[in-house]
Amino acid sequence: MFTDTEFSLIAREVKTRTGYALTPSLAPTMESRLMALQRRENYANVNELVAAARANHRLWDLIADALAHPETRFFRDRAFFHSLRTEILPNLARNATAGQRIRIWSAGCSTGQEAYSLAILSDELRATGALIEIVATDHSDRLLDKARSGLFSQFEVQRGLPIRTLIEHFEKASDLWRISDRLRAQVRFERHNLLSSADKLGQFDLVLCCNVLNDMDPAPRQLALENIAAALTGQGLLATGEDGVTAVAPHALTPSGQIKGIYQRNAGWRRAA
Amino acid sequence: MKSCLVVDDSRVIRKVARRILEEMSFSIDEAGDGLEALQSCRRTMPDAILLDWQMPVMTGIDFLRQLRQEPGGDKPVVVFCTTENDVPKISEAIRAGADEYLMKPFDSDILQSKFAEAGLV
Repeated sequence: MFTDTEFSLIAREVKTRTGYALTPSLAPTMESRLMALQRRENYANVNELVAAARANHRLWDLIADALAHPETRFFRDRAFFHSLRTEILPNLARNATAGQRIRIWSAGCSTGQEAYSLAILSDELRATGALIEIVATDHSDRLLDKARSGLFSQFEVQRGLPIRTLIEHFEKASDLWRISDRLRAQVRFERHNLLSSADKLGQFDLVLCCNVLNDMDPAPRQLALENIAAALTGQGLLATGEDGVTAVAPHALTPSGQIKGIYQRNAGWRRAA
Repeated sequence: MKSCLVVDDSRVIRKVARRILEEMSFSIDEAGDGLEALQSCRRTMPDAILLDWQMPVMTGIDFLRQLRQEPGGDKPVVVFCTTENDVPKISEAIRAGADEYLMKPFDSDILQSKFAEAGLV
């Protein structure tokens, strides 16, 4: 079991790397997640792992990765995805000029269910001739590897995927379900930390950052939101699901329209250099 | 309150499903095979049916085909709940009139998710 000092040290290092706020109530879960890493790195216990990390920054990166929260599901927040299908994406397609690519970013994509849900919706829209590019990022290589595989357990595909969508876009792969190559090719997964500038990713017409920000402390959450706001096009939209935004970044973002959890960058706001 | 008929030859599965669905505010009736289920529907057509596939006397798929021919038999939302998890079986169930399809084993999260996808909650 962690000592208080070890817990504080882990919490500080993880917050520095990812912005995520770890509370003492999470200590048992943290320990069980770190045990797999400790065995893989050949340490006798997690206390030795933490002791070694004090002199080895690579280990802190691995610890932050191991503690990344994988909770996600297909079409999470049904009402929001309905708005995406019937209103937001069709509007983006209508407003796009001929040949213009609609760029969408799944920020904090975890194991990829949100990005692939977007790919399924975009697939419907492509029939109208719309050009859509989906970029999905996470700070965790472990979660990105799973996302890129396109493989999901029976438990995972049953959380959020209607059965007709499942058999249209997935095939059985032994005990798992594999998303079609066509949809998998529509999502580009990249490692990116939301606390860093997203300039390298380009500008986006729509950013989904759902159920990610609430796990962050206020200061890194504000930084992440400013980085996202800076990556929006002039008319670009940020969707946060039920995460709070205006409480920490009202200077950069303002609610857009009638749909809850959708924001636009404030006119005139620029990220501080 | 919406009603749901739970059709499964396993008493344990019926009990687990009843507990979850009652927490979702459904009133529950039970049947142990397709024929019992058909008789129950002829008495009172439920809003939803959670339906196993392999059962004695009458299978779930045979029950569903007959149900959809009954007066008012188009009304219940039918969610298959079965260990059959191959695409051809799933397609067969949809062609027979299933609205959703749940692969066992399941938990309350999956059952709630499937009922939501079927428009029941």
